[in-house]
Amino acid sequence: MAGFDKVVSSYEEAMAGLSDNMTVLAGGFGLCGIPENLINEIKRKGTKGLTLVSNNCGVDDFGLGILLPKRQIKKIIASYVGENAEFERQMMSGELEVELTPQGTLAEKMRAGGAGIPAFFTATGYGTPVAIGKEERQFKGRDYILEESIVGDFAIVKAWKADRFGNLIFRKTARNFNPLAATAGKITVVEVEEIVEPGELAPDQIHTAGIYVDRVIQGTFEKRIEQRTVRTTKGA
Amino acid sequence: MALTREQIAQRVAQELQDGYYVNLGIGIPTLVANYVPEGMEVMLQSENGLLGMGQFPTEDEIDADLINAGKQTVTMATGASVFDSAESFAMIRGGHVDLTVLGAFEVDVNGNIASYMIPGKLIKGMGGAMDLVAGADNIIVTMTHASKHGVSKLLSNCTLPLTGKGCIKKVLTDLAFIEIKDGKFYLLERAPGVSVEEIVKLTTGELVVTGDIKEMKFE
Repeated sequence: MAGFDKVVSSYEEAMAGLSDNMTVLAGGFGLCGIPENLINEIKRKGTKGLTLVSNNCGVDDFGLGILLPKRQIKKIIASYVGENAEFERQMMSGELEVELTPQGTLAEKMRAGGAGIPAFFTATGYGTPVAIGKEERQFKGRDYILEESIVGDFAIVKAWKADRFGNLIFRKTARNFNPLAATAGKITVVEVEEIVEPGELAPDQIHTAGIYVDRVIQGTFEKRIEQRTVRTTKGA
Repeated sequence: MALTREQIAQRVAQELQDGYYVNLGIGIPTLVANYVPEGMEVMLQSENGLLGMGQFPTEDEIDADLINAGKQTVTMATGASVFDSAESFAMIRGGHVDLTVLGAFEVDVNGNIASYMIPGKLIKGMGGAMDLVAGADNIIVTMTHASKHGVSKLLSNCTLPLTGKGCIKKVLTDLAFIEIKDGKFYLLERAPGVSVEEIVKLTTGELVVTGDIKEMKFE
């Protein structure tokens, strides 16, 4: 690597520096737009005691779920989990700590973390179990709770295309949490389907500027579908 | 007769207006998309980051990068846009969505809603439901009026952990269309063939019945 060139050539290099007990932010919604190979690399490395921040936790044999069997995740901060048996078992037995966070609050926690904002007030979760232990305040007669932002030691991100400088373009709903996670990692690692030369991505079309990105690697992806639904006669 | 799932969706669809941006929750709310009146344009928002959700894809159109909030493969309607999840919830929390339809386990006379966890059972999480109920002004909750054992789900106080406090004003059950205001339920309409007495019997929270309660109409 030299200058602004962020491209690395191996997954080992991509995840270098990840160590036990770190906090990792992961992009993806369900199995859509997840950094498949970066997750595989964490599994291979065997890093333990991780706090994972991700909307979901994958399924038994794909996505973040593959980090469960060897107990690599200590805690997960997510909005919707439990699509896998091992997750359920570890959650029920108390081996895995789960902090359920509303989806919009989770997205905003990452966005705020990346933007240098330590906390924000939101009406989401007021009067619910989410509000327990949090500061409450009224603005214009409405009740809000104070939510703290999140930054990660690492952010693992999946984008569609990158240039060598780490400028990113995402594809369709695979964007989801990825641009937010990208801003909030002390080290942000992005895997993409295609790497192009600087200047090949139109500046107006770039979703995430390379300033947030530390490492870029090109991968191949399975892109597993969780709920394969097709149209038969008519209707959505 | 209690309404079927399809009839509940049909009745909700009667509340749609031309030019509405609508977020439909998982389950019965999703079916509302099938009953958008002819000639009316509505745009469906999916909170993972899609505005202008189209119908399910054909086999050839399936794209792993294009799913809805229920993780189902979908397509994009003409004029659709995609964005990240923070932007998506800015739309929701910022009150830009015209109508939100979602399910619930319980609602009460104070507009509280419980929809995401039953203590002692596996807790999967709230997903976007807490943001949706906190952010939307116009929400319709769709649910069954009572459990199979006849236990009311329209209560004086929710017994389950809340998804949102004081945020629900309209509830459509399989028996009745109900408005919530001033700490009471108000009966607006009843399902065809369902008597006011039956509804009263299956509503635990205070239910106000004024005048002649009309039956819902379906085409």
